[in-house]
Order: sequence, then C-alpha cells, then structure tokens
Amino acid sequence: MPVIFITDAFIFLLVFMVSAYVLYARQHEHLRAPWHDVARRPLAMSAAIILVVYVAVGLLDSVHFHPELEATETTQAVQSTEVSSLLDLVLDDLRKNTERTYSAPLASYAFSKEMIDLPNGKQIRDYPRLKFGGVHLNNPETERLADISKHIVIGLLFGLIISLLVSTVIVFILGKSHKISFKQAINKICHNDFLVSWTAMLITMSLIIMAACIIFNLSQYYHVFGTDKVGQDVLYQAIKSVRTGLVIGTLTTLVMLPFAIMMGLMAGYFRGWIDDVIQYLYTTLNSIPGVLLIAASILLLQVYIGNHADDFNSIEERADLRLLFLCIILGITSWTGLCRLLRAETLKLREIDYVQAAQAFGVSNMSIMLRHLLPNVMHIVMITIVIDFSGLVLAEAVLSYINIGVDPSMNSWGNMINGARLEMAREPIVWWSLAAAFVFMFILVLAANLFSDAVRDSFDPRLRH
Amino acid sequence: MISYILRRIAYAFPILIGVNIITFVLFFVVNTPDDMARMQLGMKRVDDAAISKWKEERGYDKPILWNQDAEAIEKITDTIFFQNSVKLFIFDFGRSDSGRDIGYDISQRMWPSLAITVPGLILGLLAYITFGLTLAFFRGSYVDVSGVILCVVMMSISGLFYIIGGQYLIGKFFHLVPISGYDTGFNAIKFTVLPVLVGLVGGIGSSTRWYRTIFLEEMGKDYVRTAKAKGLSETRVLYHHVLMNGLIPILTGVVVILPSLFIGSLIVESFFAIPGLGSYTIDAISAQDFAIVRSMVFLGSVLYIIGLILTDISYTLVDPRVRLN
Repeated sequence: MPVIFITDAFIFLLVFMVSAYVLYARQHEHLRAPWHDVARRPLAMSAAIILVVYVAVGLLDSVHFHPELEATETTQAVQSTEVSSLLDLVLDDLRKNTERTYSAPLASYAFSKEMIDLPNGKQIRDYPRLKFGGVHLNNPETERLADISKHIVIGLLFGLIISLLVSTVIVFILGKSHKISFKQAINKICHNDFLVSWTAMLITMSLIIMAACIIFNLSQYYHVFGTDKVGQDVLYQAIKSVRTGLVIGTLTTLVMLPFAIMMGLMAGYFRGWIDDVIQYLYTTLNSIPGVLLIAASILLLQVYIGNHADDFNSIEERADLRLLFLCIILGITSWTGLCRLLRAETLKLREIDYVQAAQAFGVSNMSIMLRHLLPNVMHIVMITIVIDFSGLVLAEAVLSYINIGVDPSMNSWGNMINGARLEMAREPIVWWSLAAAFVFMFILVLAANLFSDAVRDSFDPRLRH
Repeated sequence: MISYILRRIAYAFPILIGVNIITFVLFFVVNTPDDMARMQLGMKRVDDAAISKWKEERGYDKPILWNQDAEAIEKITDTIFFQNSVKLFIFDFGRSDSGRDIGYDISQRMWPSLAITVPGLILGLLAYITFGLTLAFFRGSYVDVSGVILCVVMMSISGLFYIIGGQYLIGKFFHLVPISGYDTGFNAIKFTVLPVLVGLVGGIGSSTRWYRTIFLEEMGKDYVRTAKAKGLSETRVLYHHVLMNGLIPILTGVVVILPSLFIGSLIVESFFAIPGLGSYTIDAISAQDFAIVRSMVFLGSVLYIIGLILTDISYTLVDPRVRLN
C-alpha cells in the first residue's frame, strides 16, 4: 500500500519536469549545445556521476509504503502503521542491527563500560561485546584488524570485478553506437577521444562501485561509521539524510521559480508602476534577515502544529509538512536574487528589435513574455538553479543546528551534527557522527559546486566566447 | 548630493513600514496572542484564566487594530498594533515575554558582537584581497589552478565544521585559547581570537574566488594594456592600477553589511558562547520569546536598509555619474 507524502509528490513532479526538459532540449540545438559543452568537461562529468548516485538514493527513499506485517496463524496479514521506503528495504540490515548505545566505527566492543554478568555469577565492570559489530570473531583483540583487512580486500575485489564488467558493457554499447569495433572503442576511451567525457565518467563510476562494495561488505559484519547514542547505525542515518538534503536543495528552487520568473519578467517588461511594486516587494522581503524570517516562520509553524496536533496521522507526516514549509520559507527568502537578475536582463531585452517587432505586429504582452523573453532568460534561470543547490544543502545543516530546520525526528545531516555537538565534550571524543555527516555532505556539495561551475561556464553567453 | 541622500532616506520609509506590517501579520494575525500564550504556558493543561493573565501582563489583551472602548486618540494608540509594532519605529522595543527590557539588552549585547565582527571584517578583507590578488597575478599557472581548486574545496565544507574543527584543534588539542566564553575589557581578546580566526578561514573559499574574478576582469581592461605599453612594471601595474580599481566594487560591496555588524553572527556566537546579539536571538528562538525575535527582525531590517543607503552614497562618492540620474 503506497503512501505519498507531499514532498514525494513534488519530487515526482520534479522528475517529470526534468524528463520533459531533457526531451525538449534534445530537439533544440541552442539548448543541446551548452549541455554538450558541459559533457566535454571531465571534472563536470565526474561530478555529475556522483550527483546521479545521490539522486538515485534520494529517489529510492521517496517511494513510501506501509510495510506488510507477516501473517501469523491467528491473525491475517495486516499493514504496519509505520511508513517505510524502498531504501529502507535495501538497508534493512543496517536499520535492524542496532546496539545499546555508542560504539566506535568498526568496533567489536562497546564504547563505554557496563556491568557484565559472568557465567560464574559474578559481575565485572568492562567493555561489553557488541550485539552485531564483529560478533563472528572469537577473540576480537587479535583477530579484528586481520578480519577487517580481509573484508576490505574481498570488497575491493568484488568492486573491481563489478566495475570491470559494467565498464566493458558501457564501452561495448559505445562502440556499437559509434559504429566502431570494440577494440577501437577501448582505444578511444584510453585516449579520452569521445565528444562526451566517458573516460572520467567510467573512472568515477568504478571508484564509487569499489567504495560501495567495500562499505557494503564491511557493513555485513561491522558498523562502518559506528553507532549513535541510541545505538542506531550512523551509516544508515547518513544515507537516509541524502533525501532531506536533496529535497531542500531542489524543492526550494522549484517552489520559488514560478514567482521569480513571473515577477522578474513583468517588472522588466512593463516597467512603470508594476516595476515599482515588484521592486518594493523584493526589497522589503530582502531587507528582513533571512535567518530571522525563517526562525519566525518556523516558530509560528510549531505553534500551528501544536494547536492542530490531531490533524496529522503520523510523526512522519508532520515532519514532512515541516520540510515542505521550510522549503517554501527558504524559497521566499531566496527568490529575490533571481527576480532581480531577470528584471535587469528583461529591461535590456525589451529594447531589442525582435521584441519591438512583436509589439508592432500586435502580439499580446503575455505571449511576448512567454515566447520571446522567457526562452532568452532561461540560461540565467538554469545557472541560478545549479548554483543555489549547494548553498541550500549547507543552509539546511546550519538551520537544523539552531533548531529551526527540519523536524528533529527526521534524518538529516544538520540533525546529526546537532546531536553530535554535545558528544564533542566527551573523553575520548565521539567523532563518528560528525565524520559521517561531513563526508556525505562534503562529497555532495563539492560535486554540486564543480557541476554548477561547468554549467555556468557553458550557459553564460558572456563566458562562452 | 544632500537632496539625493534625503530622497534615498525617504524611499526607505515605505520599506520599513512593509517590514513592520509583515512582522505584525506574522506574529499577531497568523498566530493570535492566545496561541502564543498556550505555547508558553504548555500546550494541554492550561485554563483560560492563565491565558488571560499571561496576555494582560504583556499587554497582548488589547484589540489588534482599533480599540472601540478607548477615548479619542487612544482608539488607535491603545492597541496591539500601535503598542508593539508602531513603537518599533522610535526604537522602543518594549519588554520581552519574560519581562526584560529589550532595548537595554540590545545596548549591552551589541559590544561583544562588534568585538567579533569588526576584527573579522578587517582581517578578512586584508586576507582575501591578498589571496585574490596573488591568484590573479599568477593567472593560468599551477598556483592559480591549485588555488582555485582549493577555494572550491573550502567552499564545499559547511561552516559548522570549521567551527567544530577550530574549537577542537586550537582550543582542545593545542590548548592555546579557551574554547568558548567571554570576559569584559581586555580579557575579552583571548576569547575573540578563535571566533575571528574561524570566521576568516570559513570565508576564504568563496571570497578569494570572487575577488580573483574581480581582479581578473580589471586586468583585461584597456588602461592596464596602456600602462604596460608605457613600460610600467608588472608589479606596479598590479598594485597601483588593478588593486586600486578592483577595490571599488569590493569596498562598495562591503558597505551594505557594515551596519549589520551590530547583529553579529548567530552560529558563531552560539558555538563560542559570546553574549552578543546573535546568541541573544538564538536564545530567544529556543525560548520562543516572540517579542525579542520580533524586535530583532525589525532591527535587522533597519540596519540592512541603512546599509543599502550607505552603499548608494558610497557609489555616488566613487562614481559621480550615478548622482546625475
């Protein structure tokens, strides 16, 4: 039985729009050309592969359903009230293998001492063995390092085999589509001779597959990133946080885009009092410090949720509403920049001959804006979308840290950092939640930054020549 | 010039009124004082008497816009809108929901904020301009390429990690300065070193890259070629012509944030336990003190608008053509 959260619906809408854009862009040379330019850049394509992996994880995590509880003799199969996603099915082992409390990455003993009952009835105070991490070892002190190395090597070998297989298939398909022999195709790959930077993509892909295989293999026996205060696997949290980061980065833009485009075009095209009103509107919104506006709005949302607690079926639904609301608020604080850029560009474009000609032919204002102005400012929109993305992912962490971000019950990198800040004072230090959040965020934001640089260089007509 | 400045200030008032109305609607219309009272006093177990008392103590029991029962001018003045929103214009912030004088708190807490932000801004400008100019000087070489890559890498790290990393490395590992806290007078210096340093490092990535672009743009202009053709040395062109002209967009860009330095940084202050306006706001947010948040929203907007006016004035000083429009 599928469950569709509001953000899920928006994500599917976004997927649909991106697909439609791809189909449209394929048929139009002026849109194809800059994307071909992006595809020629090795760094950008490596970044794109990483982004695709993140998006795949995020999409898997966006298909929600009520899992079916197994039927027993006395009861019929019933649906659980909790909500689960496809990603949860994939990561079922990670989710279920919990410990009692903190444990370090790849550890086999708990992080803190506890009272242990010995078989002879006595009690001692020592580090207990973990329920899951390294439970297959008889004598962890001596065997653990060798065992970890063994599993890393096995994972690496599997990764090598899989990436070789996948690469071979891709090269084979490439050879077929370019009508050259397999050997020629390999040769071309080695010399990076294709118009699209396949070499960089294959290398990145292989590295990701190998890393994933190693982590997967290790996670069968250990907690790769340790466990947190309540004993939940940190790797699981970090992967589940991917969706939150992506939703904030993309939905915010999706929400604000129609307003920014409409307002920007109208202000630039009509000028006069419409321009004055729109300028007044965005200067006013802009002058309220963004963080404070978000804080005020989230406070008010909390009041609303507190007073209407009965309207929500589950904690997930409430968290989801808050996520969407956060996107909308971030959108309200960030649409002004794009609007101002579009207004300035439209002011220039409206004086150009083709707009004047359209006016002379009696084309309505609406169609001039949609058919003549909009396509000519789309590159600004495209550049803004990709540049804003990384900033929004970072903003989520900061906002969640000061408790005005996503719901505390939701998995997000900001919440992981927030939860870890008190652990920093412990001795020895509990660093792995921070490390996991750092690694996952850094890779995503770095990839997004590199990709957005390439998109900007390719789409901005001033930089293109 | 005077008339231009007066006109700019006159334009600012409608914006301030807009901000005021937005905050008023957010805090008193979308959520009524009853909601706030319930939030403060606990959601479920609260009776009407307690709510009325809470509202009466804070003056939230008045009508929102129009007081039918009052006499003459008080029909307008004895309302929530006038008492709590209009009075912000004369910087009468009133009392916080917990009963403290907000105006006094602000006047006390702005100094620690300034102690962090002012050195941070000055040192930051010096560092970023130096880095940006160096990269622009070595344009196209390995220094430039690796510098830009480093900038992108540093941009991709969340500011939170710079703070945590700095606190751990300098405060806890090397024991050079205290991790957090604040003191009065000159004792405060040792508490400001770390936040200033962390803020500086955190901004390197984006600022250096941006300044490099500005300098590169400047280097491509005709006057640079003329200067070189006249036989000036590369360094002289760089320091006397490119640097001076590149400073114009950089410094006019800085002017807009100058007044906002009072507010301080929310994140840095809360991490380092600096008793400035940033942590004041954070505390108010977590204590759900609407009066303080409302005052800070308005104060922040006023400072930003002052920054905009100052920017316009600095443009007219730098480029007299602007004044003629």
